[in-house]
Amino acid sequence: MLRLTSNQCVAITFMLNGREISGPIEPRMLLSDFLRDELGKTGTHVGCEHGVCGACTVRIDGLAVRACLTLAVQADGRRVETVEGLAGADGVLGALQEAFHRHHALQCGYCSAGLLMSLTALFEQVASPSEAEIRDVIGGHLCRCTGYAGILAAALDVTKVYKEKTTI
Amino acid sequence: MKPRPFAYCRPETAAEAAVLLAEYGDEARILAGGQSLLPMLNFRLVDAAALIDISRIEELSYIRETGDRLEIGAAVTQAQLLAYPDLAKAVPLLAKGLPFVGHVQTRNRGTVCGSLAHADPSSELPLVLATLGGEVVLRSARGERVVGAAEFQLGLLTTAREPDELIVAARFPLQSPGTGSAFTEVARRHGDFAIVSLAAVAAGAALRLGVGGVADHPAVAAFDGLAGADLDAALNAFVWELGGSDDLHASAHYRRDLVRRLGRRVLEEAQACSA
Ligand code: FES
Ligand code: FES
Repeated sequence: MLRLTSNQCVAITFMLNGREISGPIEPRMLLSDFLRDELGKTGTHVGCEHGVCGACTVRIDGLAVRACLTLAVQADGRRVETVEGLAGADGVLGALQEAFHRHHALQCGYCSAGLLMSLTALFEQVASPSEAEIRDVIGGHLCRCTGYAGILAAALDVTKVYKEKTTI
Repeated sequence: MKPRPFAYCRPETAAEAAVLLAEYGDEARILAGGQSLLPMLNFRLVDAAALIDISRIEELSYIRETGDRLEIGAAVTQAQLLAYPDLAKAVPLLAKGLPFVGHVQTRNRGTVCGSLAHADPSSELPLVLATLGGEVVLRSARGERVVGAAEFQLGLLTTAREPDELIVAARFPLQSPGTGSAFTEVARRHGDFAIVSLAAVAAGAALRLGVGGVADHPAVAAFDGLAGADLDAALNAFVWELGGSDDLHASAHYRRDLVRRLGRRVLEEAQACSA
């Protein structure tokens, strides 16, 4: 059994975007803070820190989850994916990112990383999701700029792309 | 918005978790999905000397039909239950109510039993458990006991769970043939806290309605054999009994109106799918 005292600092290890990383945590450290402050991966944004806005959404073992409602220690040994892993090594945007660009699905971009992670998870689960399924996933995110129309259009566009390609 | 420091324990078995709870008592909190607990810790609304993380306990990660119940272990997430292939046949009311529980992203971590333990008056799973007359299995170092839904949720965020007990499973009655059910909810945004949520079960002339979001716990009443104006009158009497008060999200008046109108609608819907 793992047992940590409140101020005990230990190293955790997990796969981040396909690469093994490790870093020090205390039990109370949130995964969002670990990613941003310990690893310097600031692509994951933090808005409300109580699960409402969706800005911090990342994937753990493939599932879209709130990094602000996950302790860093809970990610130990898991597979974590963040927005930094979406573009290719050469910096070429993924199909979903491309579509966001094309459809003006972002203005300030604060919400985008979370939305991209949620939608990526959806496209992996359901090859060709319906508009209702897409709306349901977007419903877990707040965007104060776009009015969501561009985000929906981008996602719908990718459902077409997805049929031709195997990855997004 | 960061939690105060707490110790962290990750037991391997339910028995180990119970021993830890006996040690810490009400100083400890059980962490399963954390979708209710983490916001409260972040807001510093609750303080815990220790979190006991049961999310990786293998023996609590099961969904099985035993006798006339669907039993769900404490490590099962809401998303896992929603993906259970037989859910719509076994407990249709769960299949209808679960999509209203938070968002995809919170259902991926939030657990069924955690929602019951948290006992928010507006939350859907306690309402479904109460409407169906399900039960909760509690374990402590002293042993195990089973508590019916009506005796379990006592009020706002308050349950019959003793400080040294953890929920190890929840049991929802399987739907019997000739029974129909329906669920609906009104919230500012789909997935947000319900202003009012309603669950109905109909079996022949037997009608049962559960209402969440008005009283300090899910309220369940029978409307057997009632229809038309009689049903409206009974719903009106029921809604006044619930109390309910004005808050940021809705007035008591609006809530009463929702219960009267949607109450009738879900009861009729349940009847329609019982035929
Ligand atoms: S920062 Fe996590 S949901 Fe808002
Ligand atoms: S683009 Fe600004 S919040 Fe969504």
